[in-house]
Amino acid sequence: MLNMMAIDWVLWIIGAWIALGLLGIIALHKFALVARVFFPLGAVGGLILAYAAAQALVSGRVESKQLALGLPSLPFHLRLDALSAFFLVIIGLASFGISLFAAGYFRNGEGTAPGLLCLEFHFFLASMALVLLADDAYAFMVAWESMALTSYFLVTANHRLPKIRAAGFLYLLIAHIGAIAILLCFGVLQANTGDYTFANMRAQNLSTFWASAAFLLAIFGFGAKAGILPLHIWLPEAHPAAPSPVSALMSGVMLKMAIYGLLRVCFDLLHLHIWWWGVLMLALGLITAIFGVVFAAVQVEMKRLLAYSSIENIGLLFAAMGLGLLFRSYGMNALAALALTACLYHVAGHAFFKSLLFLTTGSVLHATGERNLGRLGGLIRFMPWVAWLALIGVLASSGLPPFSGFVSEWLLLQSFLFTPGLPQPFLNMLIPIATASIALTAALAGYAMVKFFGVIFLGQPREEKLSQAHDAGKFEKIGMGWLAILSIGLGVAPNWVLHLIDPVTKGLVGEGIARNASANGWWLVTPTSIARASYGPLYFLFGVMAACAVAFVLVRLFYHARLRRSAPWGGGHSWRNSRMQDTAEGYGQPIRQIFEPFFHLERHLPKPEDTEPEYSVAVSDKFWEGIYMPIARATEYVSVKVGRLQQGRISIYLLYSFITLLVILLLVPTARR
Amino acid sequence: MTELSIQLVNLFASFLLMLAFAMLAQRRVLTLINLYSLQGLTVVAATTVVAHMTHQEHLYYSAVLTLILKVFLIPWILHRLVKRLNVRWDVETLINIPSTMLVGIVLVVFAFNLALPISRLSSSVVPGTLGIALACVLLSFMMMIMRTKALPQVIGFLAMENALFFAATSATYGMPMVVELGIALDVLVGVFILGVFLFQIREQFESLDISHLESLRED
Repeated sequence: MLNMMAIDWVLWIIGAWIALGLLGIIALHKFALVARVFFPLGAVGGLILAYAAAQALVSGRVESKQLALGLPSLPFHLRLDALSAFFLVIIGLASFGISLFAAGYFRNGEGTAPGLLCLEFHFFLASMALVLLADDAYAFMVAWESMALTSYFLVTANHRLPKIRAAGFLYLLIAHIGAIAILLCFGVLQANTGDYTFANMRAQNLSTFWASAAFLLAIFGFGAKAGILPLHIWLPEAHPAAPSPVSALMSGVMLKMAIYGLLRVCFDLLHLHIWWWGVLMLALGLITAIFGVVFAAVQVEMKRLLAYSSIENIGLLFAAMGLGLLFRSYGMNALAALALTACLYHVAGHAFFKSLLFLTTGSVLHATGERNLGRLGGLIRFMPWVAWLALIGVLASSGLPPFSGFVSEWLLLQSFLFTPGLPQPFLNMLIPIATASIALTAALAGYAMVKFFGVIFLGQPREEKLSQAHDAGKFEKIGMGWLAILSIGLGVAPNWVLHLIDPVTKGLVGEGIARNASANGWWLVTPTSIARASYGPLYFLFGVMAACAVAFVLVRLFYHARLRRSAPWGGGHSWRNSRMQDTAEGYGQPIRQIFEPFFHLERHLPKPEDTEPEYSVAVSDKFWEGIYMPIARATEYVSVKVGRLQQGRISIYLLYSFITLLVILLLVPTARR
Repeated sequence: MTELSIQLVNLFASFLLMLAFAMLAQRRVLTLINLYSLQGLTVVAATTVVAHMTHQEHLYYSAVLTLILKVFLIPWILHRLVKRLNVRWDVETLINIPSTMLVGIVLVVFAFNLALPISRLSSSVVPGTLGIALACVLLSFMMMIMRTKALPQVIGFLAMENALFFAATSATYGMPMVVELGIALDVLVGVFILGVFLFQIREQFESLDISHLESLRED
C-alpha cells in the first residue's frame, strides 16, 4: 500500500474527496457531522495529496495511467509530471487550511444545506486535481467543466438573493465562453489527426499560423478563467457573492488552474515560440496588473478589494509567463527558467496569502455582519487573532520581505533586469516601461493593502455593534494559521521552494535555477551570481525583529514607559469620534484623482442643509459600458429582429417553408453539376 | 396501344393541373371537396392506365386503395365535417383570386423548367408528367398559404399528397407497396387528427378562422 505510485495516491485522494461529497448527501442536514468530521477529513486528504505530489516532484518520475471512465473506447488518460505535481502540492496545502477553516465557518441554514455544500466543495477540489492529472482533451474538459459547475453552485450557495444569482450567472457565462475557446484550442492542437491525447498534440508540428491560432485561443480561454482584462468582470462580482472559504479556494487555487493550463499549452504542447506571443502576454499582464491594483485601491467593500487584488496578481503572473515566452523564443532558456520560476513562486505565494486574506474577511463578516469598509474599524482589539493573521497576509501580499510576496516579485524584477540581453532593440526600449509598471504595481499593492488592514482593524470602531465582535473559532484559527505559516515559510526558506520548482522549469524549458540560487549557502538566494544579486530572507527577518525589539525597548525605557492609547489622526481636537478618522473613500481619494480616466464614478455629495451628511462614491469600471453593454444590446437587438419571424400566423409559417422549398429546388440544378 | 396510353396519361396530367388551378380559384368549401374527390379520381385513372401499360400488378392495388380512400372515404369525412361544423360559407383568401392565379402560372413555369432536365434523364414512358406533378404540389402548397380558414388548408394538404402520389406513379412507376400503404394510412390518420383539431379550434375561438391563433403567440 505504501509503495504505491504517486499518481495512485493522488487518485485515491480524488476518490476520497468524491466519497466525502457523496456522504454529504446522505448526511444532508446533519450539520455537526458534516462540519466537524467531513470537512476536517477532506483537509487531511489535502495534506496527503500535497505529500504524495511533492514526492513525485522530487523523484522526477513521470507517471501515467488510463482510467476506463466515461464513453466507451475513450478512456481518461492521466499523467503526473513535474508541472502538475507542483500545482497539486499547492492545491493540497491550500485546501488543508481552507477546509479546516470551512469546518468552522459554514453555519447552519445559510441558503444551501450543509451536506450539499460538502458535496460541492469536495467535488470542486476533486475536479481541480483531475484537471491537473488530465492527459487528453476529453478528460481535461470534463474536469474543467465540472470545476466550473461546482464552483458556480458554491458561489450561489446563498441563492435566495437575486444579486448573488446574477453574479453566479455572469461567472458561469464567462466560464463557458472561455471553455469553448479552450476546446477550440485543443481542436487546433490535434492538427486534424482526430486523436485528442496530449501525447499526440505534443508530437504535432504546427505551422506558424495554426500555432498562433492555438496560442490566442488558449490566452482567451484560460484568460477568461484567470480574469485577464477585459474578461475580468466576473471576479469582483463572484467573490463578494461567494462564501469566504469558497472565495479563498477560487481566488487562491482555481485561478491558478488557468495559469497551469496556459503553461501546459504554451510550453509543453506547443513547440513553436514566437516573440510577439511573449510581448502580447506581457502587455496583457501588465495592463491587467495596473488596472487591478488601481481598482483595488479605491474599493470600499473588502471582498471586492481582494478580488481586484487577485486580478492584479494574475496580471503579474501573466507578465512573468510572457517574459518567459519571450526569452524562450530567443533561445535564452536559463533566463526563461528564471522568469517561470518567478511565475511559479508567485503562484504558490498568492495561493496562500490570498486564501488567508479571504478567510480573514470571512471571519470579520461572521463576527460583524458587515462587508463595507466604511462600517468597520478597530477590530484588532476584539479579534486579535484574525487581525494578526491578516497582517501576515497583508505583508505578504504587499511584497514585503521576509514574506512570500517579496521573493516572487524580486525574482520577477531580476528577470526583467536581464532583458537588455534580448537581440531586439525595439523590445529593449519598451522593457524599462514594463519594469516600471511592475514596480508601480507593487507599490500600489502595498497602498491597497494598508487600506485593507488599516480601515478594518485599526482606528476606532465605526459602529456600535463592532465592540460585540468575537474572535474566530478554533477550526478557523488553525486554518488561517496554517496558511500564515506557509506564507512565512515561502518567504523565509526560498531555496527549498526553488528546489521544488526546479523540476518544473526543467521540464518546461530544460533549465533550472535552483542549483545556482543555493550555490552560496541555503540561507542566500542568488538566482544568477552572487556578484549580481542576492537575497537573504533570514537577515531581513532578524533585522526586522531586532529593529522592532530595539524600538520597543527604547520607547519603554526613555519615552513614557507605559502603554498609552490615543487617537490616531486626531487632528488636534481635544475630543474625537469615529467619524473623524480616515475612511476607505478618503484613503483612496488620491488614487481616484490620479487615475480618474480609469473609472466610472458616481458621487453622492451631502448638501449644506443636511443634518446627517453622508458622502459616498461608487466606482465601477468602464469595461461594462465599453464592451459588455454594447454586446448585450446588440444581442437583444438581434433577438428582437429574429423574434419578428414568429408571427403567430399559420400562413406566414407555411410561406417560410414554401420559400425554403423553392430555394432548395432552385439549388438542385447547381448541386447536380 | 402504348401511344394511346401515353396520350391518356398526359391527358390526365393536364386534367390534374387544371383541377389544381380550379381549387386555387374556388371559394366554396363544398365545391372544393368535390374538386378534391375529382382530383383523386383522375389520379386513380392515371394509375390504372400506367398499370395497364407497364403490366405492374401492384399499381392496380394502389389504384383501388386510392379510389376507396381519396375518392370516397376522405371526401365523405370532409362532407360530414362541413355539416357538423356548419362552415358552408364562402372562403376568404388572403390575396384576391386573379393575383393568385398569376402567381400560380409563374409557379408552373418554374416547376416545368425545374423538371425538364430531370425528365430528360428519366427512363419513364411519360416524361412530361413530372413537371406537372411538381407544379401541382406547389399550387396546393400555395393554396394552403392563401386560405384563412382551417378546412381549406386541410384540403390543400390532401391535394398536395395527391400530386405527390401522381408524381410517384407516373415518373417512377409507383413506390413499393409498403410505402404506399404507409402513406395512405398516414393521410387517413392525418385527416382524423386534423378533424379533431378543427373541433378544438372552434371550441376555443368560436370560429375556424385561423387568424385567432395569432393570440397564442408569445410576446
